[in-house]
Amino acid sequence: MSRLQAGRRHTVRFTLNGKPCVGEVEPRLLLTDFLRHQIGSTGTHVGCEHGVCGACTVEIDGKPARACLTLAAQIDGCELRTVEGLAPSADRLGILQAALKRNHALQCGFCTAGILMSLDSFLRQHKRPDEEDIRDLLSGHLCRCTGYAPIVRAAMQAAEELVDQNQEKTNA
Amino acid sequence: MKPAAFDYVRAEHLDEALGVLGQEGSDARIIAGGQSLMAMLNMRLAKPKTLIDIMRLSDLGRIERNGGTITIGASVRQAALLEWPELRHSLQLVALALPWTGHVQTRSRGTVCGSIAHADPSAELPLVLRALGGEVHLRSAKRRRRVAAQDFFAGMMATTRSDDELIEAVSFPALSRRCAFREVARRHGDFAIVACAAVETADGVRLAVGGVADVPATREFPRLEGSALDDALNGFSYELDARDDVHATARYRRDLVRMIGRDLVREVLQ
Repeated sequence: MSRLQAGRRHTVRFTLNGKPCVGEVEPRLLLTDFLRHQIGSTGTHVGCEHGVCGACTVEIDGKPARACLTLAAQIDGCELRTVEGLAPSADRLGILQAALKRNHALQCGFCTAGILMSLDSFLRQHKRPDEEDIRDLLSGHLCRCTGYAPIVRAAMQAAEELVDQNQEKTNA
Repeated sequence: MKPAAFDYVRAEHLDEALGVLGQEGSDARIIAGGQSLMAMLNMRLAKPKTLIDIMRLSDLGRIERNGGTITIGASVRQAALLEWPELRHSLQLVALALPWTGHVQTRSRGTVCGSIAHADPSAELPLVLRALGGEVHLRSAKRRRRVAAQDFFAGMMATTRSDDELIEAVSFPALSRRCAFREVARRHGDFAIVACAAVETADGVRLAVGGVADVPATREFPRLEGSALDDALNGFSYELDARDDVHATARYRRDLVRMIGRDLVREVLQ
């Protein structure tokens, strides 16, 4: 048993987008604030802070989760992915990101980081999703700009492209 | 907002968690998936001095079948239960209701027992536990006891759990009877304005309603049809003491109880 005392900082070790990471956190520090203020990864956005809006969605051990409903202390030993880990390189967008851009699936972009993280893990597990699946997934996110239609369209296109890409890889 | 300061205890054994809980009582809170409690902490509706994390207790992470009973440990996440291969066959009503509990993004961390511990009157899992006549397994350093769902929920977010007890598991009877579930919410996955579950009984149907009264409520109906059924549902809807709030009026809630209730009773009895 370990007791992390309030008001003191405690070490957490985890991987962030594939790289080992160490941080010092107070027990009450939220994962959102830890990522943004200590790590400097400001791609993860903070909206409602009670799990409703989905802007802070990240991947914890491969599954989408609300960073605002997670304590930084809880991610000790976990694998974390954030929106910063999606682009294959600094000057190139990934397939999903490019599909959102092409379809105008964002306007202000506040919700986009969270939506990308949900879709990214979902499309890895569901190769041929139908529109209903995508809409069910997106029910965990609030977007006040797009009305969701272009986001659904982008997700469907990205799913197809990801299948094509995998087939090319297998053929080659 | 941000949570007030607390000590964070990461328990490795159940005895440790029970020991801290026994010493600190109501100053301590158990955290499992945190999908209800973290929101309460962020809004400072809860300000415990100590949080006891039980997610590393592997003993509590099991789904077990024992005869006609399915027992789900305190650290079983909702997503894990949804992926349990026997779910649809053994716990059909849970399989119907669970996709309505929160969203993919909260079910990935939220636990089955945590939702029941939180006892939100419009949450699906307490409703289903009540509809099926399940039990809550409570444990303290001194004793273990099982409480029937109807005796566990005491009011809005209030239960009969003592301060030194934690929920070790919940159990559901595996019924092969017909059942149905439906809910109305502003957005799929949000808290239900009204949620209903129906289970076939020996001489009729049991209807459970969430989101209206302070606790999930049930009523047994004999095999009724037509206006007799409508009258019975109307009576039930008024007895639930629906209230107006920002989401819906009491009248709308009663309307939903009558309409969803009628559909589900017919579906189960057809």
